[in-house]
Amino acid sequence: MKLKSNIATSESGFVFNPTSGDSYSANSVAAEIMLLLKENNSIREINQIMLSRYEVDSSHFEKDLDDFIAQLRDQNLLEL
Amino acid sequence: MEKLKYERPVIKKLNAGIMNKFGMRTEFTPHTHIEGVAVKDIISKFGSPVFVISERQIRKNYQQAVRSFRTRYPKVQFAWSYKTNYMNAVCKVFHQEGSWAEVVSGFEYHKALGNGVPGNKIIFNGPDKREEEIILAINNDSLIHVDHFDELFLLMEIVEKMDKRPRVAIRVNMDTGIYPMWDRFGFNYENGQAWNAINKIMASEKLELVGLHSHIGTFMLSTAAYAVATSKLCDLAFNFNKKFGKAIQYLDLGGGFPSSNTLKGAYLPGADTVPSIDEFAEAITSTVLNYGFKQQELPLLILETGRALIDDAGFLLGSVLATKRLSDGRRATILDFGVNILFTSFWYDHKITPAQEFSHHTEDMVLFGPLCMNIDVVRETVNLPLLQKGDQVVVHKVGAYNMTQWMQFISMRPSIIMIDENESMHQIRKPETLAYLESLENIPEHLQQIKL
Repeated sequence: MKLKSNIATSESGFVFNPTSGDSYSANSVAAEIMLLLKENNSIREINQIMLSRYEVDSSHFEKDLDDFIAQLRDQNLLEL
Repeated sequence: MEKLKYERPVIKKLNAGIMNKFGMRTEFTPHTHIEGVAVKDIISKFGSPVFVISERQIRKNYQQAVRSFRTRYPKVQFAWSYKTNYMNAVCKVFHQEGSWAEVVSGFEYHKALGNGVPGNKIIFNGPDKREEEIILAINNDSLIHVDHFDELFLLMEIVEKMDKRPRVAIRVNMDTGIYPMWDRFGFNYENGQAWNAINKIMASEKLELVGLHSHIGTFMLSTAAYAVATSKLCDLAFNFNKKFGKAIQYLDLGGGFPSSNTLKGAYLPGADTVPSIDEFAEAITSTVLNYGFKQQELPLLILETGRALIDDAGFLLGSVLATKRLSDGRRATILDFGVNILFTSFWYDHKITPAQEFSHHTEDMVLFGPLCMNIDVVRETVNLPLLQKGDQVVVHKVGAYNMTQWMQFISMRPSIIMIDENESMHQIRKPETLAYLESLENIPEHLQQIKL
């Protein structure tokens, strides 16, 4: 699972896809996950990092992360 | 290290310059309290979902409406429309304020009596009045509003056997320039039916015609239609006086004033488009005052306003059961209340506000109820802050019709709480229980035993 290499992300949550010209707004949790994806972290590593930083339990986060990955796939932001 | 506050990750495509078909975001602050009482406290005490009624708001609405009419016209009386919300506690607030009762069935009639309304201050409307109910109303000197000729002849038959002269009015339907024209209730003005009914009443000499009634529609957005209706009732009253030498004692313009809810399909929010009660009052009272009645013969003006007096005093509190994504990527939020108890979600795009803090991020979503039925949709499209399981929400302006038209379907009907003017909570209706519902059922002997 990897974010497309040319996708520009910022810590504030602004996301730009230079191929399509589309821009996006991500909330802070989403922005952080995208940065971790960009750094080639695995889903398991992302899980660990996020659970250590945020007030959320693992089953809750797992459900939300699956949903978020589906959102990124829908927007064609992930490497196939 | 203290952990950071979590919010569900979400990414939203930015569409600069393109109209958002979901409309603008409207929720900027959470609705954490109702009349000074915390939403979370109400839910923890009475469960979720739960209806909440503000006594303070009812009184404020009533007093404002009365003021709108009484500052323009000398003789005004409001009659609380029981079908809009006949919780006894709600009715009692209106009666304490001075409102009579307007009922449309024997059941409602008995409710009004039970609430202590004197019989001569009950207006008995509607097409379904049984013989025994009519006799009761006659004995109580109630105002009987005749709906059709069959009822008129039944009334005359009943009176033959009684030593009473009941006070009656006729309901008149008419073309007021709006569509649809409500012609299923009462006698038509344009084709002479109303005048025919008046002649029959006067010829019988057994009934006392005291009033004329109309109710031209519901959620009326045109004040001009009320001016037309008032003018036609005044015309009948004027000609009645000319022919029979008697004055009509009251004109009852019925109900139909809208609340500030937003109707489905409306382009602009209800709060921006709905005329105020002042505007309706101006249209109605100026028509009567300019019609040419002698000062001492000005008829009493009766209003049966329901929705506009109670809608914004009612709230529905509920919780998020789950969130999911639909096949086309749309967010779906499943709530613990649906069309079964929020009947008005068939008519309105209800304003819904989260009851807890949220960030500035929002999502377009569809709000589903909990029923295992495809029609159970509370909002087809709405832009709301990110919601997650367990979050609490407040639905606004639900005081009219929901607590009377709600359905016991799939799940049971919840508590209703009233918050009084001192910010104390009162449970005015308990939640239904399985035992309560099954107390009405009977199982035949041969079905008592089953073996699987």
